[in-house]
Amino acid sequence: MTVPTTHFVIFAALLFAIGAAGVLVRRSGISILLGIELMLNAANLALVAFGRQHGQLDAQVFVFFVMAVAAAEVAVGLALLVAIFRKQRSIDVDRLNVMRW
Amino acid sequence: MMGTAVFYLVAVVGVVSALVAVSHKNPVVNVLSLVVTLFCIAVSYALLGAEFLAAAQILVYAGAILVLFLFVVMLLGAPEEPPVGERRPFQRVAGLALAGIAAAGSIAVLAGIRVAAPAGAAQGTAEALGRLLVGPYLFAFEFISVLLLAAMVGALMLVKRKH
Amino acid sequence: MLDLLWLVPALPLAGALVLLAGGLHFGKRTTTAVGVGSAGLALAAVAAILVQYAGMHGETVARHVFNWISAGDVTVDFALRLDPLSAVMLSFVTLVGFVIHVYSIGYMHTEGDRAYARFFAYLNLFMFAMLTLVLGANLVVMFIGWEGVGLCSYLLIGFYFDKEYCAAAGIKAFVVNRIGDFGFLLAIFWAFKVFGTVDFAGMAAALAADPTRYAAAVTPIALLLFVGAVGKSAQLPLYVWLPDAMAGPTPVSALIHAATMVTAGVYMVVRCNFIYRLSPTAMLVVAAVGGVTALFAATIGIAQNDIKKVLAYSTVSQLGYMFLAAGAGAFAGGIFHVFTHAFFKACLFLGAGSVIHACSGEQDMRKMGGLARKIPVTYWTFMVATLALCGIPPFAGFFSKDEILGRVFAAGAGNLNGFGASYLVLWVLGLAAAFLTAFYMFRAVYMTFHGEFRGTPEQWHHVHESPGSMTWPLKILAAGSAVVGLLGVGRAITFGTDLNWFENFLHRVAPTVEVEHAPSLGTEWVLILISVAVAVAGILLARRFYFGAEAFVAPRRIAERAPALYAAVANKYYVDEAYDRAVVRPLGKLAHFSWKGIDTIAIDGTLNASAFFTEIAGDLLRFLQTGNVRNYALFVLGGAVAAAAWLLL
Repeated sequence: MTVPTTHFVIFAALLFAIGAAGVLVRRSGISILLGIELMLNAANLALVAFGRQHGQLDAQVFVFFVMAVAAAEVAVGLALLVAIFRKQRSIDVDRLNVMRW
Repeated sequence: MMGTAVFYLVAVVGVVSALVAVSHKNPVVNVLSLVVTLFCIAVSYALLGAEFLAAAQILVYAGAILVLFLFVVMLLGAPEEPPVGERRPFQRVAGLALAGIAAAGSIAVLAGIRVAAPAGAAQGTAEALGRLLVGPYLFAFEFISVLLLAAMVGALMLVKRKH
Repeated sequence: MLDLLWLVPALPLAGALVLLAGGLHFGKRTTTAVGVGSAGLALAAVAAILVQYAGMHGETVARHVFNWISAGDVTVDFALRLDPLSAVMLSFVTLVGFVIHVYSIGYMHTEGDRAYARFFAYLNLFMFAMLTLVLGANLVVMFIGWEGVGLCSYLLIGFYFDKEYCAAAGIKAFVVNRIGDFGFLLAIFWAFKVFGTVDFAGMAAALAADPTRYAAAVTPIALLLFVGAVGKSAQLPLYVWLPDAMAGPTPVSALIHAATMVTAGVYMVVRCNFIYRLSPTAMLVVAAVGGVTALFAATIGIAQNDIKKVLAYSTVSQLGYMFLAAGAGAFAGGIFHVFTHAFFKACLFLGAGSVIHACSGEQDMRKMGGLARKIPVTYWTFMVATLALCGIPPFAGFFSKDEILGRVFAAGAGNLNGFGASYLVLWVLGLAAAFLTAFYMFRAVYMTFHGEFRGTPEQWHHVHESPGSMTWPLKILAAGSAVVGLLGVGRAITFGTDLNWFENFLHRVAPTVEVEHAPSLGTEWVLILISVAVAVAGILLARRFYFGAEAFVAPRRIAERAPALYAAVANKYYVDEAYDRAVVRPLGKLAHFSWKGIDTIAIDGTLNASAFFTEIAGDLLRFLQTGNVRNYALFVLGGAVAAAAWLLL
């Protein structure tokens, strides 16, 4: 019998939480971007799981596009990271705190 | 039966490697364990009947995106996070708590959702997806290429050195 | 031509607008052309209209100008109404107005170009407002004119606004008028509620059709309307603004405070006679206030030393006569007195202006004297107008005043509405006032024109007759004062033949209330002789006191023997001081409290407090801007979770 959707959803939720924790807790830019990727994938998984419930392929098309967007976003994000690294010789995002009161 | 066992295996490996991906101090280890996680997700796609997506996941994500990550990590010299103690305890606690709430909340809300599956569920083959892409979603398909172009140009501009 | 009725108020309005817009740049010639020209054109228009109207046998002509208010049940149109009553008013308002405009050319000649333009602009604006008032077909249009004349009165009294007392006088006039206007407004609202319309024709028709239905509302409405008239026409207790209004230039006093604006109250009462005749109480109140005011103001007039103030109190007194007439049912008689009064009072004021001009600005009669030889034209026109005012035949005032006193006596003797005794008392008051009127007017004449000059030799040297632009109006008005009385010759004088053109003309719109037992011809002749005798007695007493070798001896002795009485009269019975204590100061305290207590502390304080709290909030919220990227990510995720929770739970 097929695995019930609930299992996948729980799996996706856990991955999402781990990704979120990674974004919020780590100070390294790379780790943050990795966490974002993880969150995106978790969402994709949930999408596909629910899509199977509906029996249509539209969810999968959506996931396809999300992947493309994620790719674009990673490219830009990493470029940003490189630029920051060049500026301050470190990837600690806590040091980017000039715009405050 | 077989499917369930595979799923549990994949789920456990995926969660464990995700944890490693966000917590290890060596960035290379982080990236590589994320690859493992993505692989597990690809298997899950296959279990869900989305074969094309499973293939695409490995090709695009694990094969392209994470390789890019690796490139950048190497380019930056695999920097580790400075070992200075966490100066923002609030951030840490709040972050973990929020993540927990998000997880719990989404499970509570989403887990019980049932939708009546219609008869004759569509197959997630490449052909079926392809038909959708050049059919109803043609515009989005074309537009994604523009988006990717924009991202490329943006990335190039960001790292251009001024001469 | 009747279709162009709207031109009559529109021409002066156009003149006023042109002068207000461009007057700063006009020279005196242009201003004169525009200002006097528009008044002249209005006069010409009125003449043409009246010529056409003469052949219409007194029917009412209504002209609708535009739809104004249309809100649910409330419909008020800007409509003009030409009937015998408004025709009479139009005639003398435009004629006397035009004459005074011409006079002002000479009188205001010494002012700067800008002040000159301002003066004529306001004067034209006043003509517009007055003509709107007269031509209004309903109470609301009349009220527009009513307020407009009040505004122009304020602007013109305070014309020399850099002088403190002039500005104060203007404000006083406006505020006291406003009190009356409040009564008028209440009357309009009540009338609208009761009749459903404020159109004169409509209300008259409603009352004619079913008088008993409105019986309860008629008296209050009439009394409230009268409150407005009391303010505008300076009767007791709201007369106090008129003497102070003499601070304005003399043409203003002549036009506004003698001939036209102050008579608006009388006009309004007569216009609404279909309301008043149904309320005996209101009519008695009107008559009583008028009669008492007539005597009261006359008593003050005998001790005034400023020539313009004498004329001001005289105006108040004569207005009292007009209301006395209206209250006794002689509506046409009241309007006839308005008509004749416009001529002789305007002539008197312009003459006083001429005297002041001759004496280089001196207004105190104690410093004048013996001017007759040097300014004969002024002297003779002044004399003619004075005789008219005193009611000496055959001048105009005789016919109108006699008509009034005759009607009041008839009301008394014939027991009109059961108040016969009151009307007889009022008749006596009217006679007493006539005596005093003759007395103080000839006192003024003797002090000003006869005897020895009591001013400085320098002033005497400068005494000269006024220029033609000032003397021609005097001559025209004096001629009017002499002959217009013949328009309304009472029946008794013509031994029963009805030659009273005036009364017949107004018969349809303002019919006189006839009493049951009209006095006989003999009684009427006795009354005429009594009133003339009383006037002559007043003149003789004035002659005794102020003329010849014994001048001023007797009055001084009386003043010495009764100093308190003299002081009271000379100080206008301290009425202004009483008002100041009772009304003005408490209001001042209230205003001060509203300012300091309410506005500064409460309202400003609340605003300042809200600004203060915003500042504090800003100080606290500032700490969210940590500059730390991860904090922001935390907030983003927190917000997303909260929003999701809100939507899903």
